[in-house]
Amino acid sequence: MMPRWLRLFSNHGMVAVLVLLCAFYSAATLAEQNIGGAAGGEALAEKIIHERGSGVRVAIVAGSGADDGVFAQVLQDKLVEAGVQVVLAVKGPPRAARLALTKLDSTTAGPDVIAASYSASRWSLLAHLDKLLPKLAGIPVVRLPSYVWPNFLRTDNLLNIANQIAVIAIIAIGMTLVIVSGGIDLSVGSLIALSAVLATLLIRDAANAEEAAPGAMVLCCLAAILVCAGVGLFTGAIVTYFAVPPFIVTLGMMLVAGGLAEKLSANQSIYHLPESFVWLGRGADLAGIPNAVVLMGLLYVTAHVLMTRTTLGRYIYAVGGNAEAARLSGVRVERVRLFVYALCAALAGVGGVIMASQLKSGAPTYGQMYELYVIAAVVVGGTSLSGGEGRVMGTLIGALVIAVIRNGMNLTGVESSWQKIVLGSIIVAAVLVDRLKARN
Amino acid sequence: MTLLQMAGIDKSYPGVQALRGVGMELRAGEVLAVLGENGAGKSTLIKALAGAVNPDSGTIHISGTSLRTGSPHEARRAGVAVIYQEFNLAPALTAAENIFLGQEAGVWLQQADEREAAARLFRRLGVEVDPDALCRDLNIAQQQVVEIAKALAARARIIVMDEPSATLTLQEVERLFGVIRELKKQGLGIIYISHRLEEIFAIADRVMVLRDGEHVGTRDIGAVDRDSLIEMMVGRRLDQEFPARHVVPGNQRFVVRGLCRADKVCDVSFHIRRGEVLALTGLIGSGRTETARLIFGADQRDAGTIALDGKELRVDCPRDAIRAGIALLTEDRKGQGLVLSHSVQDNFALPNLSFWSRFGFINRRDERMALDRYVADLRIKAGNPEQAVRNLSGGNQQKVVLAKWLQRQCAVVIFDEPTRGIDVAAKLEIYLLINDLAAQGKAILMISSELPEVLGMADRILVMHRGRITGEVQDVARATQEQIMKLAVG
Repeated sequence: MMPRWLRLFSNHGMVAVLVLLCAFYSAATLAEQNIGGAAGGEALAEKIIHERGSGVRVAIVAGSGADDGVFAQVLQDKLVEAGVQVVLAVKGPPRAARLALTKLDSTTAGPDVIAASYSASRWSLLAHLDKLLPKLAGIPVVRLPSYVWPNFLRTDNLLNIANQIAVIAIIAIGMTLVIVSGGIDLSVGSLIALSAVLATLLIRDAANAEEAAPGAMVLCCLAAILVCAGVGLFTGAIVTYFAVPPFIVTLGMMLVAGGLAEKLSANQSIYHLPESFVWLGRGADLAGIPNAVVLMGLLYVTAHVLMTRTTLGRYIYAVGGNAEAARLSGVRVERVRLFVYALCAALAGVGGVIMASQLKSGAPTYGQMYELYVIAAVVVGGTSLSGGEGRVMGTLIGALVIAVIRNGMNLTGVESSWQKIVLGSIIVAAVLVDRLKARN
Repeated sequence: MTLLQMAGIDKSYPGVQALRGVGMELRAGEVLAVLGENGAGKSTLIKALAGAVNPDSGTIHISGTSLRTGSPHEARRAGVAVIYQEFNLAPALTAAENIFLGQEAGVWLQQADEREAAARLFRRLGVEVDPDALCRDLNIAQQQVVEIAKALAARARIIVMDEPSATLTLQEVERLFGVIRELKKQGLGIIYISHRLEEIFAIADRVMVLRDGEHVGTRDIGAVDRDSLIEMMVGRRLDQEFPARHVVPGNQRFVVRGLCRADKVCDVSFHIRRGEVLALTGLIGSGRTETARLIFGADQRDAGTIALDGKELRVDCPRDAIRAGIALLTEDRKGQGLVLSHSVQDNFALPNLSFWSRFGFINRRDERMALDRYVADLRIKAGNPEQAVRNLSGGNQQKVVLAKWLQRQCAVVIFDEPTRGIDVAAKLEIYLLINDLAAQGKAILMISSELPEVLGMADRILVMHRGRITGEVQDVARATQEQIMKLAVG
């Protein structure tokens, strides 16, 4: 009998780990944040009009970064729109600002207020305005207040995690089913490459490259996914009808699919894709959530229902738990096996299409080592490698844990060799917990 | 001389008191049988002796020296060897290599010495086994001898045998008894665990009975009989071992003609009538299980037809058989009948999902209701339906298997060794269920090696030998075990 804490840990352990990791990285990446860009410009314009009315005269000072440029432009537009007189708008290094401000102070209609971007407000020019430009002394410098917030929890970082995880998490669904049925699939990494190369190649050579119509692109991607499903079906057939261990078969298919991807692409990256091709990988049409993440969510819900509510799901568990008992209970074991391998390969194909869309190109180098990350996500998610046990939603948690660890280490500046060591240790620890569970 | 003295052994698991102050005494040169129903605490007691389980309290003395509990290594060094039902042999190593595995000294193997020492051990046991044979090429009985020789090579003085006869044929059991008598003569103490009362009367000097983790008593074998032992085990008198059935078999229901597969099953034909229990018996390897598997479509048959209620069936795989109304309760319950790590609910539902699913979606409330009915009807003792069947007793596991086939309302039910590994009280329940099925007009084929069971339960008996049916006994009431044995050995 295992101690209570261990039992709790093994049941909801990974959720707890995930929460702890998020808390840890939130604390470790606390930093001063400021609102820049268009949102910042808009907010500052509102603040100035609200505090000083529209009769005020404003000078805008911003740095030379792109973010500051957008900030200054939006601020100026908004102020002008409200009838505020903008006497000066300067974007550039402090020297340029100083020159412009010096010219300004000699005229009579000087500004009532200087609106500065966050970075410009920290220049010594504006901080010590009284001393450096005595004629402007007394004119207030306004900017948006900064606030303290973890870099980890910034929206853009969270979306970044979600985007990174989408490919791995989607393939991990298929891998969960394969592992629950008592198998393994090492070929998914190469199938990512094969699918990405095939999809982009078809778009370039058969669908008018940059001028490809959306419908044609969808067909090309579906074709790539179907080819992957075919590869999976073939793998499944060899595993099922010739009783070859799946480890060996899929190891072979990993090489075959990788070689095919290289051959098809002639070892080159494939470009010449229409702008709209990035819709899946970079678009975010639903309340700012990336499309790939929405797809991931849909697939997880579907897979969860499949595994918990349908006969097919029950059969997958039974085949993994005891294939002979399942057969003698009338389960068509062969079909179940064919299905899981085909599905896993098809989902690897989907992953390849997403990756091609994210990177707007296809190359045979995509997806290298991904099979290991995918298997790691499944195992960390609590699925037993001996088959018959595991949960799809556990896999999602596992994939999140791995993504959060990698992202957090990036944010806190851990070098990549250490990242590998930490990730590897976590995978070993997860399997250890699995064994401890089995022993009790 | 007292070889082993265990006293006041307590062991509890959460919710279960597995052993309660159990004591045991073993003398040199005797066979002590340990008897008890499943869950009575036999295996926990043996594990405590072997160090695989650390008891909560109690002492173990071997030849007067105290043994530190909970250490398998110490127990082995003190001369305790346990031969489990699943052997601990490396299949790709030879008999001699297995015997000395873990005892090799130095860097280099002394193969010639090992081979000779192994041959000496086999002579000492009075058996013929080739020391150079690979273990995977040896049959079960020979592997068992290798295990015993391995125990002797490790200078064991106490050998525990856990159900050693479960997978042996009658002749092999006789030979095993020869080896045991040889070991007795050499002053070893043997602890013999078995369900088979006949064997205990044949080999044991004393018998110790456990019930619900408590020591009921230890008797000289001459001072007890079958009934009193059963009473000690069950705690009450069982009026009848085999319940009477009041069904008059009707017309032919299930007909098998000319069933063949390679040299395992040759031209097997028989019929079963409505409400009839037909027993199929014979030695292990005589083709009984193979016949059942052919009928069920688990193996491909070379020839033969199967007909139910006058209609010929097309059976190419188990799925076909199940749909046609045939059920098979396999001999190997754990390996083939159940998914051990899965719940009672899932195991019960596996062949039946179509009853309560629509477009592939399972209605779990209907599923649960169906199971609840069988849990009540069959008196399945499982904490809850989500519990893994692994944790159930053998009898309850068998009931779960039975429930899943009852739900399908099969017309033909094939039981392969229905009571193997099941304790006396649960056996009676299984027999009653078989009688119920017969009363419902089903055709029942019961494969069994237990001759008392065959004689007690069957309406008619078929005997197989080397893949052929060599005899039929119509008048079961007047048949004897000897008569059947004669048919079985050909």
